[in-house]
Amino acid sequence: RLLIVYPWTQRFFDSFGNLSSPTAIVGNPKVRAHGKKVLTSFGEAVKNLENLKATYSKLSELHCEKLHVDPENFRLLGNILIIVLAAHFTKDFTPACQATWQKLVGVVAHALAHKY
Amino acid sequence: LTQAEKAAVVTIWTKAANQADAIGAESLERLFSSYPQTKTYFPHFDLSQGSAQLRGHGSKVMNAVGEAVKNIDDIRGTLAKLSELHAYILRVDPVNFKLLSHCILCSIAARYPTDFTPEVHAAWDKFLSSVSFVLTEKYR
Repeated sequence: RLLIVYPWTQRFFDSFGNLSSPTAIVGNPKVRAHGKKVLTSFGEAVKNLENLKATYSKLSELHCEKLHVDPENFRLLGNILIIVLAAHFTKDFTPACQATWQKLVGVVAHALAHKY
Repeated sequence: LTQAEKAAVVTIWTKAANQADAIGAESLERLFSSYPQTKTYFPHFDLSQGSAQLRGHGSKVMNAVGEAVKNIDDIRGTLAKLSELHAYILRVDPVNFKLLSHCILCSIAARYPTDFTPEVHAAWDKFLSSVSFVLTEKYR
């Protein structure tokens, strides 16, 4: 969804092959694999909420010094994740639930930007 | 908006129109819960869940969205009066339009998960961005 809704984010994924249409993006195995990587990392965040900056220290350096990702993209992805959760959990994704997750994606984005 | 994007916006609206009031109220609830700073624009409101003022205001917001959908080729003309209201009277900081748009998308995604495909999501994001742009373009 990030790559479809905000197509300029494709700039970071030249090596992913065919991203030329929503269908291509949805069917792209590298996109799928990367989504899994990112969500798995999110899972680590959830398990280490007391210590996010340390947990994401290396990843933060990587995103800054090697990947050169503008931290604004972390905010975009966090909000996309929230919309995916809303579609997945429907009425269980209450306003209160969303508020909590907005906080989580916010602190994850902050931790990822910390080493910049 | 491309023809396909306009169609995607209209398709969802056709389903959402008769729940517009509820979607409006829910979106505002999401806004005030996730972004408490937005409450600063409503010191005169009872913002408790289900409050009449919340429902009334949600209605107002979604009516305007509906008008924009119905006149999707002339959003600027359709929302001209609202644009002036926001520029000269309400003066809501532009950053808040993104926040409310995001909450509207969440409400729609939660209610129409199968219809809310990535393409439809992109179309609605673009559409609400256009609406936001029109509402803030007279600010200066």
